[in-house]
Amino acid sequence: MVAVVVIKMRCYLSLCFYSCLLLMSMAGNNAHAAVLQDDRVDVLYHSYKGGGMSIDGPAILLRKKTSESLAVSAYYYVDSISSASVDVMSTASPYTEKRKEAQLGIEYLHEKTIMDFSVRQSKESDYLAKSVNLNISQDTFGDLTNLSLGLAYSDNEVMRNGDEFFAEQSQQYRIRAGISQILTRNLSINLNVEAVTDEGYLNNPYRSVRYIDNTQPSGVAYQSEVYPNTRNSFASKISASYFLPYRAALFFHYRYFSDSWEIDASDIEVSYRHPIADAFELELKVRQYQQTQASFYSDLFPYQDAQNYLARDKELSEFDDLTLGLGITYLVPVKYVYGGLKSEVALQWDYIKFDYKNFRDPTAGDIVGSEPLYGFSANVVRLFYSLYF
Amino acid sequence: MTIDKKKLILAAVASLSLLNLSACSSLAIEPWVKPYERQNLADPIMSNNRHPIANMHIAHVYEARESSRGSEGTGGGGCGCN
Repeated sequence: MVAVVVIKMRCYLSLCFYSCLLLMSMAGNNAHAAVLQDDRVDVLYHSYKGGGMSIDGPAILLRKKTSESLAVSAYYYVDSISSASVDVMSTASPYTEKRKEAQLGIEYLHEKTIMDFSVRQSKESDYLAKSVNLNISQDTFGDLTNLSLGLAYSDNEVMRNGDEFFAEQSQQYRIRAGISQILTRNLSINLNVEAVTDEGYLNNPYRSVRYIDNTQPSGVAYQSEVYPNTRNSFASKISASYFLPYRAALFFHYRYFSDSWEIDASDIEVSYRHPIADAFELELKVRQYQQTQASFYSDLFPYQDAQNYLARDKELSEFDDLTLGLGITYLVPVKYVYGGLKSEVALQWDYIKFDYKNFRDPTAGDIVGSEPLYGFSANVVRLFYSLYF
Repeated sequence: MTIDKKKLILAAVASLSLLNLSACSSLAIEPWVKPYERQNLADPIMSNNRHPIANMHIAHVYEARESSRGSEGTGGGGCGCN
């Protein structure tokens, strides 16, 4: 059954790929060539606090054109994690760790086509992910339309701290396609689709599910999670950008997601960007997300080995979250920057509230299965400096 | 929705898109927004990717906390975390 699903998914990915190639080959040539983005360096400090987790660290992104048709980029990102989340507090001890991510990319422009290729590595003490990513996009129809296609492959090694004999693998394949269309002199829209398929060990090696066990004084016992070895998903997103007459911008995004674990999700986001005088830009954002649970998720199983697959990951439960975001960007006057270069300082703050519909808080100390439903809020802050050169 | 149904929908969308492109060329539909009329769309305030490093961070936060993945628009290759 699993093999049939994987084969069907591969056929589906092939169909996506060839349809997109065909679409791109139909694209005509018109005047007005595409250009590579400006050279820039961004330095960022990020912080996430909420649900017993504290994650922060620096990041840097550098883009540099070596000629009018070739650009290189480098990205480095660090997460310093201190976790005492509800999962950890119910079955384990708080921990700290670091995740380091590095990415190198190259971008090539040929007439109206931009191709970019990047390699990436993300490393934790118990997880190593290596991925390659290829994107191609082309302007067409008088540059009113842009078609894009992307592929990515990731190979992951899963380890478990304290168990030197534990070693598992997983692979991830991604294919994405997009169309961007200018509709009026003030309105453009984007449609993006992406299929993702995973194979291998997809569990978190530390997490457990709980089940009723009346032989225990607490009335509950724990066993390791068991996930399927494959997961196929499909996401589609429509976005619109509208220029308001008094020089402000309105953005809209809607995404629909479904996967073979029977999770259906959608998110909708509206944001607004407004200049204040010549030196500031204000950005406001509202985003709402909701999802259904995975078919093999349960907060409390009736007995041990109650079904083939078992999960009690709150990210696989039914829940929704709401984000309220505020950002302010200061456009630094060129007279204050060495060489008269353009630069910006920005501060962004997101408040996210999560409400779980069938994940209970076992640390609340109530009767098993009757604990209050879990929920938490997180504050996410980004402070960054961008220099264009 | 089954994968077979998705295949059919995708094939229909691809066919319609091809038909649309062919129709544009045969009917000689001209691009209706000229390059000199695009200054509003080219204004930096309209850029979806105005702050790429911030977009990458928030996409990572959502991918770690939610089951959805894909079509973020950041060209990522997965969360790379557990």
